[in-house]
Amino acid sequence: MTVTEERPTVGFGSTLRKEDVRFVRGKGTYVDDVNLPGMLHGAMLRSPFAHARIVSIDTSAAEAHPGVKAVITGETLAGLNLAWMPTLSYDTQAVLATDKVRFQGQEVAFVIAEDHYSARDALELIEVEYEELPVVVDAKKALDADAPVIRDDKEEQSNNHIYDWEAGDKAATDEVFSSADVVVAEDILYPRTHPAPLETCGAVADMDKVTGKLTVWTTTQAPHAHRTVYALVAGLPEHKIRIISPDIGGGFGGKVGIYPGYVLAIVGSIVAGKPVKWVEDRSEHLMSTAFARDYHMRGEIAATRDGKILGLRVNTLADHGAFHSTAQPTKFPAGFFHVFTGSYDLQAAHCKVTAVYTNKAPGGVAYACSFRITEAVYLVERMVELLARELDMDPAELRMKNLLRPEQFPYTTPTGWEYDSGDYQKTLTKAMEMAGYQQLRAEQADRLRRREQGENVPLMGIGVSFFTEAVGAGPRKHMDILGLGMADGAELRVHPTGKAVLRISVQTQGQGHETTFAQIVGNELGLPTEDIEVVHGDTDQTPFGLGTYGSRSTPVSGAATAVVARKVRERARIVAAAMLEVSTDDLEWQENRWQVRGDPEKAKTIQEIALAAHSSLELPEGIEGHLDATTVYNPPNLTYPFGAYICVVDVDPDTGQVHLRRFIAVDDCGVRINPMIVEGQIHGGLADGVGMALMQVMAFDADGNHMGANFMDYLLPTAKECPSWELGETVTPSPHHPIGAKGVGESATVGSPAAIVNAVMDALKPYGVRHADMPLSPAAVWSAIQGRPLRTDLAIT
Amino acid sequence: MQVPAPFAYERATSVEHAIELLSRHGPEARVVAGGHSLIPMMKLRLAQPDALIDINNLSDLSYIRVEGDQLLIGALTRHADLLDSAVAGEHFPIFRDAEQVIADPVVRNFGTVGGSLCQADPAEDLSAAFAAVGASVVARGPNGSRTIDVRQLHAGPYETVLEPNELLVEIRVPIRPGGGSAYEKVERRVGDYPVAAAGAVVWLDGDTVAEAGIGLTAVGAEHFAAPEAETALRGRPATDDSFAEAGRIAAQHCHPQPDQRGPAEYKRQLAVELTTRALRRATARARGQEA
Ligand SMILES: Cc1cc2nc3c(=O)[nH]c(=O)nc-3n(C[C@H](O)[C@H](O)[C@H](O)COP(=O)(O)OP(=O)(O)OC[C@H]3O[C@@H](n4cnc5c(N)ncnc54)[C@H](O)[C@@H]3O)c2cc1C
Repeated sequence: MTVTEERPTVGFGSTLRKEDVRFVRGKGTYVDDVNLPGMLHGAMLRSPFAHARIVSIDTSAAEAHPGVKAVITGETLAGLNLAWMPTLSYDTQAVLATDKVRFQGQEVAFVIAEDHYSARDALELIEVEYEELPVVVDAKKALDADAPVIRDDKEEQSNNHIYDWEAGDKAATDEVFSSADVVVAEDILYPRTHPAPLETCGAVADMDKVTGKLTVWTTTQAPHAHRTVYALVAGLPEHKIRIISPDIGGGFGGKVGIYPGYVLAIVGSIVAGKPVKWVEDRSEHLMSTAFARDYHMRGEIAATRDGKILGLRVNTLADHGAFHSTAQPTKFPAGFFHVFTGSYDLQAAHCKVTAVYTNKAPGGVAYACSFRITEAVYLVERMVELLARELDMDPAELRMKNLLRPEQFPYTTPTGWEYDSGDYQKTLTKAMEMAGYQQLRAEQADRLRRREQGENVPLMGIGVSFFTEAVGAGPRKHMDILGLGMADGAELRVHPTGKAVLRISVQTQGQGHETTFAQIVGNELGLPTEDIEVVHGDTDQTPFGLGTYGSRSTPVSGAATAVVARKVRERARIVAAAMLEVSTDDLEWQENRWQVRGDPEKAKTIQEIALAAHSSLELPEGIEGHLDATTVYNPPNLTYPFGAYICVVDVDPDTGQVHLRRFIAVDDCGVRINPMIVEGQIHGGLADGVGMALMQVMAFDADGNHMGANFMDYLLPTAKECPSWELGETVTPSPHHPIGAKGVGESATVGSPAAIVNAVMDALKPYGVRHADMPLSPAAVWSAIQGRPLRTDLAIT
Repeated sequence: MQVPAPFAYERATSVEHAIELLSRHGPEARVVAGGHSLIPMMKLRLAQPDALIDINNLSDLSYIRVEGDQLLIGALTRHADLLDSAVAGEHFPIFRDAEQVIADPVVRNFGTVGGSLCQADPAEDLSAAFAAVGASVVARGPNGSRTIDVRQLHAGPYETVLEPNELLVEIRVPIRPGGGSAYEKVERRVGDYPVAAAGAVVWLDGDTVAEAGIGLTAVGAEHFAAPEAETALRGRPATDDSFAEAGRIAAQHCHPQPDQRGPAEYKRQLAVELTTRALRRATARARGQEA
């Protein structure tokens, strides 16, 4: 590589992001930027109580408020049979409460007014009489005999139990455990967090009474899925619904599902006959939209005395809030949690998940977790760390000894996943080299010696984690959401002058699709990235597909894009053969041109071919003209990116403060289309991990009050808390993906929390601290040292 | 978007005008200075004043200067100005320490010193810093000016002894040579209010503490001060043991409230630890051993 290397414009490489031109100039169009003539504004009245019966609602004063056009309550919706809507997990959720409110912040009434201020002011004029009910805050008490039943709207429901689900071979696992030398167990909470994208949720709905066409600009990661759900739920004809997902200010899984506010904007537009905008504020967003995690896990790991891991089992209590609305493939109510055996070669594993209702917001979506893999990786990586402690073995060495070996791929895990490819030792070795692992251990030992001699130096901790992700949902025979298969379409048009338009079903929320997808096409056809426009986020303009979450864009839509570009290339071959007056068999794709074998002088570029394809050139059999093509990609398997992370912390035991000194991340996501974007995704994910590990939590007090409904309480990490990331890569292509790419959007979020927590626990080893739950705030660290660890899911008292 | 309830808005052109407007609009009117405490509370509708009296045009309330043996700080001085002030930093490094960890640059560019004190948030950093250095404040009302010891300014959480139509105009800090000062804070993340923080100022007589001032915030210290610990320290050797003892005494008189920043016992521990550290650093500075 030379320093003067030109930025590549054709094919893969670190080109600048095409979309950034509008973002950095403030020219993006987010939902709140959509303003239509005559548009009205909606505002939501929300419950102040976590659990209460609604005795009465008086909207008369609000209706009389200047500027107010309508006030919609649950009763209004019940008249339209819309008071309840289905969730993505085959449960129901109240659009507006009719009988009871079941979490603080639940939607109770919707005001439509001429401007946002009038709508908001009118909320205070709505009088709701509530009769407070006992609340279920502690998930561990949700199944107590005397726990109030939250979902008494469901006839069959006599308690707060949602489901029990298991995976793996229980008998074989028990067998392995009963004969193992060493068994380590720990209670581990992955606390409730929130995706917290900077753009909150919102919608502008416009029902055109003349044409009967409903257009909805909305914050969605899955516009096509939303269209179908609206059609099914509201009985609107699907061809008369257009969902536009404009620029989206972050999603992280929180914009997969449908929220009451979207439905109310639509109902409001139908009722008022004018466009209605509804955009929630920050507190509403944090209180009521989909949370993530909230898994109370009891993990157990079995091993031989010399450090061969034999088995893993986990019993999980999943807090789903008041409605079961997790977004995940139908067959897997706990998402992909059963990928929890991680990156290791085990004999047996078993997991059981029990889900319960509590008086908290519903959700449980991705949040950059690829369907619960964040929880799974955190569990196994904490358990391996605890095992290392028990065996008095170096945790990196223990991992190295048990990681799957390259020759074991494709590898079927004890719970049935087929990992596509990997060279784990290489990746971990690289991370250890970059970190200077042995020197770090020596420094740590030296620190301890100095502390023992009375010197006041901070404690030092080194944490390792190794993760395997399962992304790119998914094969249709195994995966659907609400009955919709998880395949994605792509359409590629090549205009006469050789400029191309790619239409894809996935929707960027910051991942850079407009650039990387253009690069995929460019790489296949030899077109400059600038010459390829990527169209997405509009159901009237793009083919059907399930959207962007679970790191599925590159594995599924990226594959569709490569396939459709190859179709175009094959059509071009026929045209080129006619142009060059040779047989197609005589042509080979060389240096971005169809070239006559052995004769580089005789060749045609896609641009030349495109013009010919639209011209009067006489075309052979099998092609009508033009080069355009469409495809649907049904992935044969998931892809399995992986990585090795090492974190170094300094801890002040007298204040509990953690300083993150270094973070080394070696990711293997297969072939990297745009390395710069990959690194950007990793930077963001690592920062996310810092947030969850050290500062983020949504706790609830005894009355069910949300303790973190703003950014002063729900903390996002800043550059100050993040070290300068040290990134490395290995490349193990996916054997079944057309370009060998695996997906990377969530890798760092999945892998980093365990590395950080392992590092802090490593630092606290001299105090005998084995485990403390996230977030490891100064108070949590200090309390753990005192032997009184905090329960981070409940308000601190 | 969070939007406040309706309110009237007036822009004051002079201190007298501000006082007149406050009198005219009555007790439900509020002064707005930087607005970084008041506006968020209005947006959350925790505060719903009838009228805002904007004092941002009163540039004659923005200054930092030494007069005689006092450092004078105008009420409308922005956090960023106090942070950057060479004269304040020279006499009282405690302000620089504190300002460096108050909020973020955006808030510091607009939030004011007077607003901080008048907000009377139980976790306000400057309240502790000014309590430590023994400041007083000048308030002006329809009947003229009065001077209030900063340790008498706060009547409780979010409450001062100022009348609704009184304006805080100046903060005065007595300068005595030979002292050192410092501020120590624990926060969950940069820009966060303190979990706990302590400020200290120390004057030495050789190796003995001649005089000390200790301010504490976010730990339920009455008037943000630790007078018992100050008394106990006076005349004691300037050693780690004395500082730790002062820290323990200070913490004993605190009434920390548990919240999401931590349980009470942890905040009490921080009161001990941070008081000790602030005293240690203030002493090092008094000895010229540290900048
Ligand atoms: C994101 C963020 C982070 C923050 N972090 C910290 C932190 O770490 N530590 C910390 O200590 N503070 C912190 N703050 C608070 C910040 O320091 C204060 O908001 C600010 O300095 C208060 O000053 P102001 O000029 O903005 O007051 P305003 O909001 O304008 O006013 C506050 C109150 O004081 C009254 N008032 C203002 N000036 C006068 C006057 N001259 N006379 C009489 N009454 C007056 C107002 O009527 C109002 O009641 C933070 C604030 C934000 C928004």
